[in-house]
Amino acid sequence: MTEFRMPALGADMEAGTLVEWVKQPGDAVHRGDIIAVVDTDKGAIEIEVYADGVLERTAVAVGQKVPVGTVLAYIRGAQESAAAAPSAAAAPAPADEKKAEAAGATVPAPTASVEGRRVTPGARRTAGALHIDLAAVPGTGPGGAVTREDVERAAARAGGSGGMRAAIAAAMARSKREIPHLYLQTAVDMTAALAWLARENAARPVAERMLPLALLITAVAGAAREVPAVNGYWTAGGFTPGPGIHIGVAIALKDGGLVAPALHDVDRKDPPAVMRELRDLITRARGGGLRSSELSDPTMTVTSLGDLGVESVFGIIYPPQVAIVGFGRVLERPWVVDGRIEPRPVLAATVSADHRAVDGRQAGRFLDAVARRLQTLEGL
Amino acid sequence: MTRADVEAAVRSVLSDVAPETAAVALRPDVPIRDQVDLDSFDYLNFIIGLHERLGVTVPEADYGQLMTLAGAVDYLMARGARPAGRT
Repeated sequence: MTEFRMPALGADMEAGTLVEWVKQPGDAVHRGDIIAVVDTDKGAIEIEVYADGVLERTAVAVGQKVPVGTVLAYIRGAQESAAAAPSAAAAPAPADEKKAEAAGATVPAPTASVEGRRVTPGARRTAGALHIDLAAVPGTGPGGAVTREDVERAAARAGGSGGMRAAIAAAMARSKREIPHLYLQTAVDMTAALAWLARENAARPVAERMLPLALLITAVAGAAREVPAVNGYWTAGGFTPGPGIHIGVAIALKDGGLVAPALHDVDRKDPPAVMRELRDLITRARGGGLRSSELSDPTMTVTSLGDLGVESVFGIIYPPQVAIVGFGRVLERPWVVDGRIEPRPVLAATVSADHRAVDGRQAGRFLDAVARRLQTLEGL
Repeated sequence: MTRADVEAAVRSVLSDVAPETAAVALRPDVPIRDQVDLDSFDYLNFIIGLHERLGVTVPEADYGQLMTLAGAVDYLMARGARPAGRT
């Protein structure tokens, strides 16, 4: 019998509230299946199971808030004999419907509509982050839709504390308290990369166009494969290499806050594949529906503020990771080519690294590899 | 489609991409991204939405012509915007 426990979805999570059991006792479960939905400071997260078997019994009821590490359920392995004849595995209903059903429970769950009213995605996210029950929020938007402002007003009335803000505060304060950051910056000539992107996009259907970020993330993953010292975790006084190259992408939520879920095994993917997964990840981060593995297992993080006017960004490392890569805006700059000055699109790439785990030389080799890959289109 | 039809379609695509923009009274001659918070991912979705709704493929090189609501409507009218359904 395997104990299935409340996972830590990031270094800052202490507890979670069970919103829904997606699988029921007797259901067959397979590694990667979504077994439950848990409400956290990051919103409602789908929790995946890590073993094959049958869900024997659940140990926590819907609406209960329990600390990280608490046994949520027991899973009987495929080889173990059944205590009771397993019932036929019911097809799990779409998560949104289930969440809507759960909204009547003691926990406010994100939902597409409450009693037939429209709820904007921004309102849904804010409600999740602030732990506000949408059913109790009057809507003032078009057709009585509940808007973000409505939720914020309700939160102000209820004295809502802003759970996501608190989670970010805890993780960032811990990082700056414990991690001796070192910072490096380099300038990347993006001429070849942008030309490649323009060529590729001109030949692709509109819906499959790529953003420069897909290319940047691909280059970061390739560079992390060259310099594995930046990819992994600092725990218990030592460095553990990442089990793969899982790049966390910092995604701003429009109404404040951010999440940094992972794209998995990016070093084995090309930019179009990275773009497809990035599209899916951003859409789910902003609309709800991130999975537990995406939040808990990035091995390093990328932050890009290129859409704003900023020239460069030095990120704060998300513990227990040891590096975060920052990209600013591509700017037309004077660049010396063969002794002559030419205008070129130039990108400031930075890395913040944990100096307990990584030395300047390794971090420098890594950042240089990022720049080289973008300038020579290596690996594309 | 009349100019009003195209403008309504553009506004509708925009509010699908970023629902929070539905409440903003967009000024036609001011860049859209100065009025509502759209990042490059939202902007790409806007272009994809226009393609689906109006059957116009906007090359990346032309993005600059769709910075304002009025500019977008001009551009789309000139390229034969038509109700394309949502395929």
